Amino acid sequence: MSTSETPVPSTSPAGFLAIELDGAGWDGGHFASLGEAVLAAESAGFHAATFTDAPVQGRANALQRAAYAGPATRTIALVPEVDTVYTEPFHVSTQLASLDYVSGGRAGWIATAAESPEGAAAVGRSSVSGEALAQEAEASIEVSRRLWDSWEDDAVIRDVATGRYIDVDKLHYAEFETPADFAGPAYSVKGPSIIPRPLQGQLPVLAAASLVGEGQIPADAVDAVLVTAPTPELLAAEVRDVRARVGASVAVIAELDVVLHSRGQAAAERSGGLDGGRAQYAGTAEGLMDLLESLLEEADGVRLHPASLALELDELSRLVLPELRRRGALRPPVQDGTFRDLLGLTRPASRYGAAAAAAGAGK
Amino acid sequence: MTQHNRAKSGVFTPTGKIQFGIFFQGVNSGTIWKAAESGSQTDFESFRRLAQTAERGLFAAFFLGEGLRLREHLGRPHALDVVGRPDAQTMLAALASVTKKIGLVATQNTTYNDPADLAHRLASLDLISGGRAAWNIVTTDNAWTGANFRRGGYLDHADRYKHAEAFVETAKRIWDSWETPSGPARQVLHEGQHYTVDVTPRLPRSAQYRPVLFQAGDSPGGRDFAARQADVIFSAHPKFDDAVEFRKDLVERSLAAGRGANAVQIMPASEFILAATAAEALEKKEWVRSLQIGPQQAVAYLEQFWGRELSEYDPDGPLPEIDPVVEETSETRGSGFHGAKARQLADQWRAEAKDKGLSIRQFVSSRTARVDATFTGSYTAVADQLAEYTRVGAVDGFNISPWLVPTGLDDIVNHLVPELQERGVYPTEYAGSTLRENLGLETPVRS
Repeated sequence: MSTSETPVPSTSPAGFLAIELDGAGWDGGHFASLGEAVLAAESAGFHAATFTDAPVQGRANALQRAAYAGPATRTIALVPEVDTVYTEPFHVSTQLASLDYVSGGRAGWIATAAESPEGAAAVGRSSVSGEALAQEAEASIEVSRRLWDSWEDDAVIRDVATGRYIDVDKLHYAEFETPADFAGPAYSVKGPSIIPRPLQGQLPVLAAASLVGEGQIPADAVDAVLVTAPTPELLAAEVRDVRARVGASVAVIAELDVVLHSRGQAAAERSGGLDGGRAQYAGTAEGLMDLLESLLEEADGVRLHPASLALELDELSRLVLPELRRRGALRPPVQDGTFRDLLGLTRPASRYGAAAAAAGAGK
Repeated sequence: MTQHNRAKSGVFTPTGKIQFGIFFQGVNSGTIWKAAESGSQTDFESFRRLAQTAERGLFAAFFLGEGLRLREHLGRPHALDVVGRPDAQTMLAALASVTKKIGLVATQNTTYNDPADLAHRLASLDLISGGRAAWNIVTTDNAWTGANFRRGGYLDHADRYKHAEAFVETAKRIWDSWETPSGPARQVLHEGQHYTVDVTPRLPRSAQYRPVLFQAGDSPGGRDFAARQADVIFSAHPKFDDAVEFRKDLVERSLAAGRGANAVQIMPASEFILAATAAEALEKKEWVRSLQIGPQQAVAYLEQFWGRELSEYDPDGPLPEIDPVVEETSETRGSGFHGAKARQLADQWRAEAKDKGLSIRQFVSSRTARVDATFTGSYTAVADQLAEYTRVGAVDGFNISPWLVPTGLDDIVNHLVPELQERGVYPTEYAGSTLRENLGLETPVRS
């Protein structure tokens, strides 16, 4: 696995495509086909697959579905949604680090924080809303990042002469405490993590652009934002606005619902039932190619939400992705590359290792 | 007699078979990391290799432990043993895609999980794996572990089983909430001392109805909890006479709990050191022990009970003559160390070591090597020994902790399993595709 190759600058003309594997039409109950679906997405040339965790009947846990897909694939990044509000940050951190291990460094995290009276009732908490949601998300992301850094990369030394399996000096306590103005119940996390540092060092963290910015999750806490606009026409402009707001170090991914003419059926006949908040493209494969090509000039990547996974994936695989590659709009998928590689991120050193080195130099 | 009738029966009847499970512990001195064959303890490849070998050997189940806080030694993370392991359910979900029949068991704590969330995630693993998931129920109560969690140390030690039982019953109600296999689900409400749950479950029943429940706990309270709630209990009693005694006790408790005499299966934790001949096996055992407990581990083991550094003591010399500086050992080295009276222990141990002429290293090795849980010998002799267990149904199976990762089951699967199959005491194929079918467990009655 490549870990510290030269990053691809985010201004590269070639972008990436992600696909949401649970969009409308995907029956999450068909678990036997989960492996097939993710393999189909990988062989179509998608760079990343995402797994929603919205409370829908019959849908299994997103992180576990991503983990199941890990050993079946070699190229595609696997990015589950994981809630930050009604979960235990220590468990979330360990689960995501484990996903990185079972996928060979292809894991990411869409950190979500949504109003959810059902989620609150299930764990016996009062419902979190408004600015407190972003505060919970920021705390959870910070806990995970500290725990991922809590083992330096070379902490496992297996030194037979001294009998030491680990070098204790390379393990660190996360020492996290929620800030004084924290809206929810205060908590602390001690650490170190229960699992060695993830293969990528830090998993890329994604969040909806609407959650990131002043008074919310700080832009430097995330690696990429997911940008939504009401129409395809407005999407490129929204991408430009968000990029200006979050800065150049954060990747920008445009969100697009897709309904294609398929098997003699016009897209318009199938375009009901999609999430109303996102831009939707309904039409021919040729039209979608043009739209994606122009979107990828502005965004680092586009995430497609197909109306029917089976139908759209077929069309995307046969027509859309090959043509976009011919046009040079898509970067080639890299076997055994990491999700960080895809986003143009270098592999960071552990914050604690860097601090220890600085303290050592100052002595 | 059919499996179903057997489970309901008021009289215990042996199945005539034994099952194997593998317990991938991930942390302890039992797993050797110093040998050339020792692989990564965290890479997926190690887990894949062990799980697929176990499945080739028709093992019923693959177990993973759970870590909630790193063990410490004199106030710092413990450096000498294997440490660091992946999250159990995440790893098992990945293993579900590279295995077909073997059960996938996640050790999960009732204290630092939320019932609705854990029940949902276990149901999810059960669906993803096609009905192969199980939950190994454990309890913790100390604030030291709680330091990593939102609610800290909120539970009294005395309440841990009461709390665990309410937790398990809530999880069962969530899994049982379906009118038909595909729904709709009924709302589940629980208002207890420690948490409130109000949830309408979202996942349908799995192919095995709901996850299988395993439980370990040797105290009377732990045994009663298992007799009431569990499908399988991990016992700490693998020696024949002890196992027969434990079976008798558990049958009585199961009947008292209103369940059949065969309702709860028994799988003791065990270790196998095998070779073609008895002499080779003994030689191998020496090698295994020397790598499990090196000189540093031996001294560190005592330091944990003495509460101070003992590095000036020769590992090949006698036990320290000085007294421990702590009254009770802490939980920081894991539950196995918790609560022993240090001075009393030190006196006992010094006397025992002197009596038997043991050095620090020899003494610690004898303490930590699961002496009672080890089967050492030739493949044929150990197969004969295990066949004897099936005659009276002393146990339903053994839960094997391999001392090598990832090759630790090769011997057992390649040599011991065929010997057992020849004797007619081990499965020759998986009975079905779910864990419940493969263990021969009854379909649960809705709680």
